[in-house]
Amino acid sequence: MEGPLEQFKIHNMSGPLFTIGGHSVAFTNSSLFMVASVVIASALLLAGSGKAAMVPGRIQATGELFYEFIANMIRDNVGSAGRKYFPFIFSLFVFTLFGNVMGLLPYGFAFTSHIAVTFFMAAVVFLAVTLIGLYKHGLKFFSLFFPHGAPLFTAPILIPIELVSYLSRPISLSVRLFANMTVGHVLLKVLAGFVVALGIFGVVPLVVLVAITALELLVAVLQAYIFTILCCIYLNDALHLH
Amino acid sequence: MDASAAKYIGAGLAAIGMIGAGIGVGNVWASYITALSRNPASKGEIGANIWIGFAVTEAIALFALIVALIALFA
Repeated sequence: MEGPLEQFKIHNMSGPLFTIGGHSVAFTNSSLFMVASVVIASALLLAGSGKAAMVPGRIQATGELFYEFIANMIRDNVGSAGRKYFPFIFSLFVFTLFGNVMGLLPYGFAFTSHIAVTFFMAAVVFLAVTLIGLYKHGLKFFSLFFPHGAPLFTAPILIPIELVSYLSRPISLSVRLFANMTVGHVLLKVLAGFVVALGIFGVVPLVVLVAITALELLVAVLQAYIFTILCCIYLNDALHLH
Repeated sequence: MDASAAKYIGAGLAAIGMIGAGIGVGNVWASYITALSRNPASKGEIGANIWIGFAVTEAIALFALIVALIALFA
């Protein structure tokens, strides 16, 4: 039987399209699921916002649910200054959510279980937030690294700590999403191995497997939420300092 | 000692890091229930924040698990 990490293997679905720095770039199963996530999300939201009815139908209600969820999140965590960034945060949430949930479908591939994907998203957020903060506050932005009201003589200790914690944000943000998705899929695979190995007594791990699948669905939605809300919190730090 | 034996011991040692995360996650939910039983009306306010606290704490366990998996498979 395949090992638990085989499911994360990336296959080329086309020949090499072009070459960057000696690496040939091809359309892979990861790209397929990214495209699928964008297409499905766009189709759902376009269908939901096509002709707005006073009493929303099922699809429109789903679209409104997504919209209000993110709008509330930004209002609570960033305030009215964050309204400008709504489209970016909304896309980030929907892309991550569909990626996580589609990975749980049979024969699905969770592209968020690759650190390359999550780290790129986290790095974009980190750079954007830093640049927004620098643009908005200029050099005053660096007061973020010294908590307001702390005695001055603590600066040599506090500033390096704050700096390291700030610089480790993209790492913790990306590893959290990647580790949750990877570990969840490995766990499902290992439990599925028990079901096969135990024969007729495999119903016992099968029951556990069903429960764990439900838990993984919760984790998939929760991690998309956490990823987005942490981006909101970082954005709030950059916009309002401390 | 055999190199593969050291690999398995290392993976087991890496998993010790999850003790701290277990205590942490238990603490998060215990505080949540205490807060709710003291002031049931605050459910709406705490409800969203508890998930952030939970996810941030749980991530530490996953970091340990990733180290264990790297020791085993990479």
